[in-house]
Amino acid sequence: MKEILLNKSGKKIILLGNEAVCRGAIEAGVDFVSTYPGTPASEIGNTFWQIKEDFKKINPKFHFEFSTNEKVAMEAAAGAAISGFKSLVAMKNFGLNVASDFLCTLMYSGIEGSMVIFVADDPSCWSSAQSEQNTRFYSLMAHIPTLEPSEPQEFKDFTKFAFNLSAQFKIPVMIRSTTRASHQSGPVTLGEIPNSKFQIPKFVKDPKKFSTMPPRVLEMKKELFEKIEKIKKQFEKSNLNKIIYGNSREKLGILTSGVSFLYVMEALKKLNLKLPVLKLGFIYPLPERKILNFLKKLKSVLIVEELEPYLEREIAILAKKENLKIKIFGKGEKIEGGRIWKERKAILPQIGELKPEYVEIAISKILNKKPSFNYQLHLKKFEKLKIPARPPILCPGCPYWAVVNAIKKVVDLQKVIFGGEIGCYMLFSHKVINLQDYLYCMGSSTSIAHGISKTSKQKVITFIGDSSFFHAGIPALINTVFNQSNPLIIILENQTTAMTGHQPHPGVGDGRVVKVEEIVRACGIKNVKVIDQVKNPEEFEKGLKEFLEKDEASVIIARHICALLEKKKKT
Amino acid sequence: MRSIRKKEKNMKKDFNLIIVGVGGQGQITLLRILEEAALAENKDFKGSELHGLSQRGGSVEVHFRMGKNILSPLVSQGDADLILALEMQESLRSLYYASPKTQFLLNKLIIPIPGENIVPEDQIINSIKNFTKKIEIVEASKICKEKFQKEVLAGVYLLGYAQKRKLLPLRKESLEEGIKKVVPEKYLVENLEALKLSQS
Repeated sequence: MKEILLNKSGKKIILLGNEAVCRGAIEAGVDFVSTYPGTPASEIGNTFWQIKEDFKKINPKFHFEFSTNEKVAMEAAAGAAISGFKSLVAMKNFGLNVASDFLCTLMYSGIEGSMVIFVADDPSCWSSAQSEQNTRFYSLMAHIPTLEPSEPQEFKDFTKFAFNLSAQFKIPVMIRSTTRASHQSGPVTLGEIPNSKFQIPKFVKDPKKFSTMPPRVLEMKKELFEKIEKIKKQFEKSNLNKIIYGNSREKLGILTSGVSFLYVMEALKKLNLKLPVLKLGFIYPLPERKILNFLKKLKSVLIVEELEPYLEREIAILAKKENLKIKIFGKGEKIEGGRIWKERKAILPQIGELKPEYVEIAISKILNKKPSFNYQLHLKKFEKLKIPARPPILCPGCPYWAVVNAIKKVVDLQKVIFGGEIGCYMLFSHKVINLQDYLYCMGSSTSIAHGISKTSKQKVITFIGDSSFFHAGIPALINTVFNQSNPLIIILENQTTAMTGHQPHPGVGDGRVVKVEEIVRACGIKNVKVIDQVKNPEEFEKGLKEFLEKDEASVIIARHICALLEKKKKT
Repeated sequence: MRSIRKKEKNMKKDFNLIIVGVGGQGQITLLRILEEAALAENKDFKGSELHGLSQRGGSVEVHFRMGKNILSPLVSQGDADLILALEMQESLRSLYYASPKTQFLLNKLIIPIPGENIVPEDQIINSIKNFTKKIEIVEASKICKEKFQKEVLAGVYLLGYAQKRKLLPLRKESLEEGIKKVVPEKYLVENLEALKLSQS
């Protein structure tokens, strides 16, 4: 891992896309990094966590933290940036939902130093429950300049570029990634790590700058729009938007970005075709002139992107505006007269990640050409196989097994409803455990339980991990007291953020430890027990029975360290 | 991004490898070893892996592509040259990437799936035979358990075995280099020995 701090310009090292973002930030001279762990973005935090002391020797101003949640992380990074520092904040797609309240406001004021926001989506939900959220639509809503790198080298280069752009226009810049881009490893050629300036910037008071009170807020919006217009002009000329096979006379072109670009080039190689390709490095604001000039030479264009059509819609609107007669292939949406509806044939899926062969098949269909391999026949053969699914399950020795066993022993599983939450315990959905009747987002298990118990009067047991509790569980807990409902909340305290790679949280941090039971009591909960469910299973069972009878909300803190972490600490 | 046009050539020589198994069998470490070996030989390469939810005892599949100019990090359907299955049932899932050109190296190991019946070995082999005839079963776990009391070394053993069988276009010395760079010091000797054993 220390290799990432090598100051050897020109040397090649192996990095994951996410690690390359860290290197890009290091080469840009980053001062402040904050995050809340979430896969597929976790490596940003993990990397800085491991190197922070060494990096401080290069940049003494440097600070890294795991913040309590993504909103807090973004606000902290903004605090650094409005004081003139260079900050990076990283999160997964759902984290941006949590932080969006702040993001949409921050864009109005802009920042003083520079600020880069890294967000990773997870097509196919490889490392996510919840949803297959497409974060790109936030770029439109918040008006945040957004870049999409394709491979590790670009992750580094784009990050460095993003810091410069942010400093130039005093605006936060987003880098948006997807699982296959972020968890792609490859050689990266290093650049130079700058000598840190010992000058320490300061927050400068200016009532016009960072206070979004009306009527000033509407002026700020105007200033934001002006910045975006200027950035757009710059993007038109930028070589981060590339045209490949620009001299091709083919009448079908391809427009793409991110990891999809790599699939496009793979498909063209396999088909031995040289179709013109426009690879967008920026997905907001779009370089409209560049796109139009590209489209003008074509009769049809295939838009290759993962998840819901973002580029496709924007391009369709642009083509309509310019009265361009061009056929658009992609997710099969047709836009006319401001309305969107499905055309009969979608050529690429909106659900699930793309694969190189999907793009090859799409191109073949449009050109009425045979693909390089009989994918259809092969797929039929493959789909006939009976392959038992092997979903993830709690690790052997996981302390949560003791919770599961106790519940199965003393709780009426038919009568009680079980509320799930984001963390290892969402594996309670596994068919051999089967203790999860609903699952949404972080912090939701208890608030939903409140709604159920206030209306249907059914008893609900909810689970929430310690890290999730600090992240978003506390307001929900207070609500059960304030508005009087009676769920039994089991806080699974394994003393880490286990699922994303054992990051610390406020209950176990290096600094002053925040005790879960103290918070629970301070929230007004009267029925509180702290039990080690592994060492004292009988006490845990007794606690369950007792608290299930209560007419008010009650909390059991099941405190036993994660088995993997315990093993790690011993070795 | 490196020169795309340069990447066009030599496509035929791309080497596509899939490693499948169960979370905890060391797939990501194997991928890192392969990447360091490829870097040492100045080859272009890409790897693809998944983290998080998929690691908790679930199926784990990594992709490794090597050649002069590698674009997609993912191997295409039916396009694997070599598939290393660290667990036999998991080889079934990897058939998505198999075609008659694909060589299978199967570790003779079955890890039961909670709540599912075990797919018998002969049934697994018959299914693979519908895709490719090139199948070899290696008792990697058994050998490593006997010699080192450590089944997890089966992965490195299989890598070395593939190299020796000329199924993996990397030099033995490069794999050694890779192991030295990737494996923590206290496990280094046993990993190098497992590699050596696979070559004997």
